[in-house]
Amino acid sequence: MTATAPPRSAPEAGPPSGKKPAAGGRLRPRIPVRLRQLGLPYLLLFPALILELLIHLIPMVFGIIISFKGLTQFFIRDWGSAPWSGLDNYRLAVKFNQPVGEALLHSFWVTCGFTILSVGFCWLIGTAAAILMQDAFRGRALMRAVFLVPYALPVYTAVITWTFMFQQDTGLVNHVLHDQLHLTSDKPFWLIGPNSFWALVIVSVWKGWPFAFLCLMAGLQNIPRELYEAAAMDGAGVWQQIRKITMPSLRPVNQVLILVLFLWTFNDFNTPYVMFGQSAPHAADLISIHIYQSSFITWNFGSGSAMSVLLLLFLLLVTAVYLLLTSRKRGDADA
Amino acid sequence: MRTSSTSSRLLAATALVAALGLTLSACGGGNDDGGSGKTSAAPGSLKGQTITYWASNQGTSLDNDKQVLTPELNKFTQQTGIKVKLEVIGWADLLNRILAATTSGQGPDVLNIGNTWSASLQATGALLPWDAANFTAIGGKDRFAPAAIASAGAAGKDPAAVPLYSMAYGLYYNKKMFADAGIATPPKTWDELVADGKKLTTGGHYGLAVEGGNGSENIHHAFVLAKQRGSDWFDASGKATFDTPQNVAAVKQYVDFIAQDKIAAKGDAEYAQNQTITDFATGKAAMMMWQSAATSIKAHGMTPDQYGVVPVPTQTAGATGDAGITSMVAGINLAVFKNSSHQAAAVQLVKFLTSTPEQKILNGTYGSLPPVKEAQSDPAFQTPDLKVLAGVLGSSAAPLPQVPNESQFETLVGTAVKDLFADAAAGKSVTEDSVKAALTKAQQQMPAS
Repeated sequence: MTATAPPRSAPEAGPPSGKKPAAGGRLRPRIPVRLRQLGLPYLLLFPALILELLIHLIPMVFGIIISFKGLTQFFIRDWGSAPWSGLDNYRLAVKFNQPVGEALLHSFWVTCGFTILSVGFCWLIGTAAAILMQDAFRGRALMRAVFLVPYALPVYTAVITWTFMFQQDTGLVNHVLHDQLHLTSDKPFWLIGPNSFWALVIVSVWKGWPFAFLCLMAGLQNIPRELYEAAAMDGAGVWQQIRKITMPSLRPVNQVLILVLFLWTFNDFNTPYVMFGQSAPHAADLISIHIYQSSFITWNFGSGSAMSVLLLLFLLLVTAVYLLLTSRKRGDADA
Repeated sequence: MRTSSTSSRLLAATALVAALGLTLSACGGGNDDGGSGKTSAAPGSLKGQTITYWASNQGTSLDNDKQVLTPELNKFTQQTGIKVKLEVIGWADLLNRILAATTSGQGPDVLNIGNTWSASLQATGALLPWDAANFTAIGGKDRFAPAAIASAGAAGKDPAAVPLYSMAYGLYYNKKMFADAGIATPPKTWDELVADGKKLTTGGHYGLAVEGGNGSENIHHAFVLAKQRGSDWFDASGKATFDTPQNVAAVKQYVDFIAQDKIAAKGDAEYAQNQTITDFATGKAAMMMWQSAATSIKAHGMTPDQYGVVPVPTQTAGATGDAGITSMVAGINLAVFKNSSHQAAAVQLVKFLTSTPEQKILNGTYGSLPPVKEAQSDPAFQTPDLKVLAGVLGSSAAPLPQVPNESQFETLVGTAVKDLFADAAAGKSVTEDSVKAALTKAQQQMPAS
């Protein structure tokens, strides 16, 4: 998308007779320099602002309004007519000794555990793979392509394939674990019961690590080779090089990467929905599915919206603290 | 360093906004639909109108449904000049699609709804009420079986929909497996079913298959088992009464097929994609409780002479009244969106699809029973299994509670039973206390109505 200057000045924009056009041969409309400096950036930002407003901010405002209303199926045709309920929905959500609050708290802890494990493994595997792929070797391009397959596959296709593999009776996972390797005495369930949590983590890591790999690989390209050569000359081993050169150089990439992975994983809806359908097993009841169920399955939109707002506040808080800590560390390092 | 710091912050901020935007997307939005949109066209001016029909998935696939319905809808267009845009929607998406259409006011003109949702959707006010005048326009209310009408909306209100396909649960049993186990007649009581099931559970084969991971299936069986104990899931005022001793006993009896009786495979706790039918049709399980399964069984290669169908057992032989209820009234209804701008044309489509010849064709194809009485006598519905199911529907079936919170009941109790099955499959004991705790929790999560 290109933004153009106001057309009002366009008719005056012809080159003065006898004079050559300015360098580069472009004809520029005569906008006062000061106005151009002040106005153009805002003009260029305008389309993005409009889209941001339409896609994020307006729905968010609606969501916040709904969280103060008793919106059930009786009012969904005209949600504006739903009665105001004040803070009732919020009170219901945070009464942790009552079933609704207790279930929300449970799903919150499940999501925290899931996010920490998933982001941790995604980052670890992504970093290891990126470092291993740093040096050129035969077949590197092919390996890179293979590593990116999980990222390129449509989520639904990938996750549904995993659910087939996790099936207790006929799934590939139990076939390998039980029938071939004899690691388990019985075929465990993966899609129901406590193991469903681990199944979810495995699929999430499988799906997420190529993104970490991609980002870190790009980050590694920016590290000058001379640093490694100089370090090697000084007698630094591989591990020392990774600790003293690679990791500090990757810090800006890691800062963004971990934040993005955290937010995506915490909010992940597709993976549990495709794996478990509308109601996830207790052990894998991620908060996104939980809120979806409260809103769209039990048709209690007010309560679901209140839970969403609470989640938003939590994520904002975590992000703010994270950005503050990481930028302070950077500040210390720079100093 | 400064540049990378700035760009990383910019990246971080962009990522934050993008990711947080997703958080609130679950809140949804809503807008006024601008009134009821009642613009019924005058008779005769319907020709050339195009209406949209959302059909539920009844056949073996969405494409199969299109193949079945397209020639019939073409017939309708030839007769009336009204064109129909058909969309077949899978069951997993249908309720959400209806909900979205209700909120936005941008829905189809005619749609299929599961009959257990009738009262819930009726409460939204989005569906055209079928009052006397509307019923007269499609040939009268008396053409339909009373049980089917009773499952089309809350008692005392005009139905929110018109019955299209009817179904009932029966006990399907494998004749050869029964003969091999020396069982002469299929069970009439639950005690007999468990005893037979134990005889049949041997060598990798099981007496019974259950669809433990499917919340709706769980609800249908829990409803019948509770009804046989004289208990319901809601009181007269529509308030949830999930954890009555009778309901606890009903759920426990159902979960015990895996937990205690061990006549169903542990793996059944995971079933949610109709694997029960596969297990039955391939001889892995000797019995199953299912509704109108002939077409699906046939698709798996089992012929009608290899199995029999009888009513689902009762607690005592020959029980009558509530104790003799053996099935919920299952079925699919046809609804018209109240704000359809082609309401008259939509009613014409309902009239066509519920006409006697169409009822025979469609129900005959899908293996369901016609809710239109006149069509029921057709030879296509006189097969041994359908005669049994018709008998069940006529005398021992009851509609699920027709209350506005019915869909929440299906989800919450259905999920509770699913979790109890998971416990049973994992070898954890399922006791009266654990069942009661699960049902109490489900009850407390019900929104106030």
